[in-house]
Order: sequence, then C-alpha cells, then structure tokens
Amino acid sequence: MSTQTQTVKKTSSAKATTISGAEAVIKCLLAEGVDLMYGYPGGAIMPVYDKLYGYQEQLHHVLTRHEQGAAHAAQGYARVTGKVGVAMATSGPGATNLVTGIADAQIDSTPMVCITGQVASHLLGSDAFQETDIIGISTPVTKWNYQITKASEIPEILAKAFYIARSGRPGPVLIDITKDAQFEEIEFYYKKCTSIRSYRAIPKLDMSSVKAAAELINKAKKPMIVFGQGVILSKAEVIFKTFIEKSGIPSAWTLLGLSALPTDHPLNIGMVGMHGNYAPNKLTNECDVLIAIGMRFDDRVTGDLNTYAKQAKVIHFDIDPAEIDKNVKTDVAVLGDAKETLAEITKLVTKNTHDKWLQKFKDLYAIEYKEVIEKSMFPDNEGLTMTEVLEEINKASNNDAVIVSDVGQNQMFACRYAKFTQSKSSVTSGGLGTMGFALPAAIGAKMGVPNREVVAIMGDGGFQMNIQELGTIFQTEIAVKVVVLNNSFLGMVRQWQELFFDKRYASTIMDNPDFIKIADGYGLETQKVSKRENLAAAVETMMRSKKSYFLEVVIEQEDNVFPMIPTGASVSDIRLS
Amino acid sequence: MEENKQVYTISVYTENNVGILNRLSAIFLKRHINIESMTVSKSEIDNVHRFTFVVKLTETNARKIIGQLEKQIEVIRAFYHTEDEIIYQETALFKISTEHLYDEEIQNKLKFRRAHIVTITEDYFVIETTGVKEDIDKLYNKIKPYGMLLQFVRSGRIAITRPKMAISELLAEFNPA
Repeated sequence: MSTQTQTVKKTSSAKATTISGAEAVIKCLLAEGVDLMYGYPGGAIMPVYDKLYGYQEQLHHVLTRHEQGAAHAAQGYARVTGKVGVAMATSGPGATNLVTGIADAQIDSTPMVCITGQVASHLLGSDAFQETDIIGISTPVTKWNYQITKASEIPEILAKAFYIARSGRPGPVLIDITKDAQFEEIEFYYKKCTSIRSYRAIPKLDMSSVKAAAELINKAKKPMIVFGQGVILSKAEVIFKTFIEKSGIPSAWTLLGLSALPTDHPLNIGMVGMHGNYAPNKLTNECDVLIAIGMRFDDRVTGDLNTYAKQAKVIHFDIDPAEIDKNVKTDVAVLGDAKETLAEITKLVTKNTHDKWLQKFKDLYAIEYKEVIEKSMFPDNEGLTMTEVLEEINKASNNDAVIVSDVGQNQMFACRYAKFTQSKSSVTSGGLGTMGFALPAAIGAKMGVPNREVVAIMGDGGFQMNIQELGTIFQTEIAVKVVVLNNSFLGMVRQWQELFFDKRYASTIMDNPDFIKIADGYGLETQKVSKRENLAAAVETMMRSKKSYFLEVVIEQEDNVFPMIPTGASVSDIRLS
Repeated sequence: MEENKQVYTISVYTENNVGILNRLSAIFLKRHINIESMTVSKSEIDNVHRFTFVVKLTETNARKIIGQLEKQIEVIRAFYHTEDEIIYQETALFKISTEHLYDEEIQNKLKFRRAHIVTITEDYFVIETTGVKEDIDKLYNKIKPYGMLLQFVRSGRIAITRPKMAISELLAEFNPA
C-alpha cells in the first residue's frame, strides 16, 4: 500500500496515551482538513459534541435549526469550495432528517460526509429510544455508508469516508457510530486513505476512445457540446475553455453545468433542458455530433429519448462508467477525469470555427429574445417578473454573485437569467429538486466563500420549507442575501395546472404570513418591494449591505416560465409560449 | 420495439462486509426487478464473497444493472450470463413420512433420478437431489401428488461459467500494490 502516512498522535513517550472514540472522530476531521461543520446535537451523539467543545478553535461547528438544514448547508459549502461538506446529527429523527440532503447530494454528486450517533451496540435492534436503522435507510442514497461499533474502527473508516466522498464521482457518505464506540478508549493513529481495492475512483484512460472521439469531432460540420457539473467537479474549466475555443464548438450547459464557462463567452449557447434556451434544445436535433461532457442525460435534459438527437453521433465523456448508455446510446465513450480526457482530446482536435452553424444558434436566440426574454425583462403588465429581479441582481453584482436557487419557477428564472463570471457560482438542487434547499445551502455557500456575495433566490413555498434557518443566520450573523420571490402560489405546480390540468389550482394557493415581520424578528435587515420603480434601489441596497439581508419581492401571480419542453415531448418541440 | 426478457445469472464479487446484501438488492428494487433466487458464499478468493442472483430481465437492463452493481464501493466485479453460458446446479431436500419408504414410487425415483437418502428416522426420511431447475421440478411433481411430502426446500443457484472468467486475475489487476 502506497498510502501517505500522517500521524496525529501527540505523544511519543513510552506510555501510550489513549483517547475516546468521540475525540478520535474530531481528530480524524481535523486530519482531513475540516475546519467547519454543520449539525444538531442529541443523545446518541453527545460524546462527540462534548469533545467538540474542547476543539472549538480549530473546528467550528454551526448549529442549524434542523438537521435537514445542516445537510443542505454542508452541500452548499461543498458546492462552492469543492471540499467535502460535513454534517452531524444524533440517532433516530436526527439521522432521518438528514436523509433528504443526503439524497440530494447523491443525485447531484456532492462530496459530503455525514456522521450520525447511534444507540449503544448492545441495544441495536431492540427498538431502543431514538433508534433507527439509518444504514438501511440511507443505503440507496449514499455512495457508501458504514456503522461503527468499535472505537478502533473510527480512524480507518473515517479516512475511507473522506476518500470515497471526494474521489471519482463525488457523493455522500454516512458513518453511523454507536454511543459505546464514542466512549471507548483507543490509541489513536491516523492514516489517510488513498485507495480501496474494490473501488476504482477514476477509470483508466483509453487513448483509442479519445482518438475515435477526435476523429468524429474533426469531421463534424455541425457539432454541439452539452456540458454538466463534471467540468466543475474535475476542476477542468480552463482546459474545457481551451478545448471549445480550439474546436470552435457551440457549447450549452446543463442546469448543474452553470457557471463552468462565463455566461458571455462567445461559444456559450445557453442552457439545455425543460426550461432551457430555445436554440440549444431545438438544435440538439440538428447537430451531427453531440459531445456530452460530465453530464448524465437526465430526463429533464433529453425530453423524449426516442426523438433525442437521433441524427447525431454521440460522444460521452464521463468519469462514471455506469452513466454510459444509461439513457442515451453513445457512439464513443471517453471514460476518465474530464481534466485529463479534455487535455488529451484538445491535443487531437484541429483548430476550427463553425461560424455558420453558430449563427443558427444566434438566430434562434433572437427569436427567443423577442418572444420570451424581452417580454419578461420589460413586461407590459404592472406586476413584476422574476426576470426583472435577476437582472437587477446581475447589475448590482457585476454578474459575479453566487446564486443559490431553490426549486420551481424561481429556480428556472434564476438559472435562465443569472449571469456568471467565475465557476462554482451557481448552487441549486438539480436532480432531486428539493424545495427548501436554497436558504440553508446559501448559509453554507457564504461560509465557504465569505468574500463573495451569496444570494439565495427562492419562492414563498420553498422559503417556508426551511424558514427556521433564519435562526442560523441570526446566530452566526452570516451576511447572506435572502430574496423571496413571492407570487403567493406554488408557482411551478400552478403553471402545470394552468397548462395541463385546466387551471384547477388544487392546493397551490398560498396564504402567506408577514415575511418581513418574521425576518425582522430574526434580526435581518429587510425590505419589501411591490412596485417596479423601487426594485433597482432595493436590490442595490441589499447588495451593498455588509449584513444579512431579506428582500421580499411581490411577483406577478400567474407568470409562467418559458420556453418549455412539456414532459414526454421532444427537445425540438420546445414551446415559446 | 420491446426487448425480450430472459433469465440471467448475475454473479457479484464483493468484499465481505455487513450491509452489502442490502446495497445490492436495493439496485434491483430501484428498477422494480424481482430476484428469482440468490446464493451467497465465500468465493475462491480469501475475504471475497460471491453473490449469485437469478433474475428475469432484458439484456439492456442487465447491462445497466451490472454498471450500477460495479459502481458500489465494495463490489469488485459483476458479470451477467445467459443460461447457455453457464453450468449451474441447484439442490433440493424432500422430507417424507417413513411409512412411504418402500413405496414403489419412491424406490423408482431413487433408482432413476440423481436422488439419494440423506437420513432416515422412525418418523421420516429425507431425500436430496441436485440438478438444474427442471430436474428438481420433475422430482417434485412426481412426489407431490402422492400427498406424502412433509417438507420441501430448494436452494438458490450456484453457477460456473463456460467462458473463462478469471476473477483472481481481475482482482490482481485491481490491487496492483
């Protein structure tokens, strides 16, 4: 084993000192470079919290107001820093409350380690107080999980946990530790994990596949790239940009690929998917070679698979072999880390431009601009649109804020209209679509990049799903900008009811409380805007504030997000209205 | 075009850890695939366990399932094979009341099938047979109508592939150090 050894044991005296399992947990976290974590204490995890008390200087613990908030905060932190997010909770309800965040991290490939307390090992299976089989529950939504019943397992298992969470295709790992293992004394010795025999983090690069891909690309007349979060997770942004600039290929991002390329890059043709841009969706069914990079052909991206890019040769770059041919049959699969595979392909592609083909995207954008974007930016109605709010945020932040969006219409408007200058600037719950994600994720994001402006964008529905995290903002005084786009509806569901269910607004109307009073109670600076003439100044004030800020914008009630690919329709049947 | 389902034997080599069965079965569950039979045991390699699942699915799904199985941290390799690619056996035990021991039916079965008596007590005796699924079905269908069967149990499948599947070599490749 060629593992790098790192000894954290303090003493070298003849008499070996022992520490408790609980303290060993803290020392493992420190050895992994963790200096910030989120969590909520409770009976079965109390020994670890007790030891944490003595390490507050090195390991800052943020008390969220709900374990779900802890999980999402850890995700937000991980997404903007690329580091492993850490969340901790007690057994039973503490552990089950983490599950939504874990499932979210699993489907969006976010590196996260969750530590849960468990009842003492002699009580396992006895339906003890706050006992729940969190290993069983979390198995389908974790990259790996493990139950520790002996303190001696702690160093090795936590080392494995961090290695698994961050390597290859990242994901969440849950480690459940029985209370007796937290009390048990061990001699502590920490060795970082660098390999596991049954796990190959990154597939071996096969140069023949790279050559085959290059050949297809070099012959292509109408190539198109769709790139996802893989580019960000592999830290491949620079080589990706070099690759597209050399090959001259128009490139569209997926929801999670947002910000991997600056919005204003001349080859950036916008977003694919259900509410993505008109041109890249439409022209997916006209391109001759479709190059997918670090994305997984989610159904929200492809629409009807039987009519998706059937005319095109498909090249798929991915780190996860299980993604190849899962949804879309590929002609050439290039397995590996995007940073490495893109470096190789860039050497083999010929310098090229595709001006005529790129112009097609621009022409279709012009149609989308006229039919959708312009109307949304400069509406005739009195009611404000979400687009107007995003535009003001772009202006006030010089297109350089971290946008943490929730789920629903607010998310689609945010992801369509927010502009980005640097990578890791968009944090959103893509695969799972978890309402209530944005507020806690924004807290984590701001703590990850304290020098950047972090704006949480959410609707009145999602805001109230984790509204308690205003308490975390209150206690930590973290300067998050919280924007609630309030249309007094569960907007996206209402839009579907309008379009596909004869406007039968079943349980989508929201009678909301006074959000300003609530935010004020939590000590945030507040402002509510319902008139166009006040919007710009309000956003400007919010962005200039050095403190946490709550901005409620009253939005036109029945506005819709367009374009739209109805469920089951083809990408080329994308609707503008 | 609907792709045809057929019987596949899926062999999964894994580390020997608590909870791995849950992780594997969850993958079948997620795609709503019923497991027809399953056998778990030590493999030819120390500390490596082998799961043998029998499932009915399309080849496309079989390939995807293999991908999902191999993605699990503790899975070393997974393979899928059609019926004609493997040699397999299943075992069954029949518990019958001792009063039927000398029945002609029983004696015939013992003579002509690959069945033998494992144990005899005052009250009952136990017949064991090993074969492919159809062999066991045949014996069961012969004995069942006489109403003499006290208990019946059959195992999952154990299988060996006709093509070479040098898992030890694959494992060595996985663990270069």
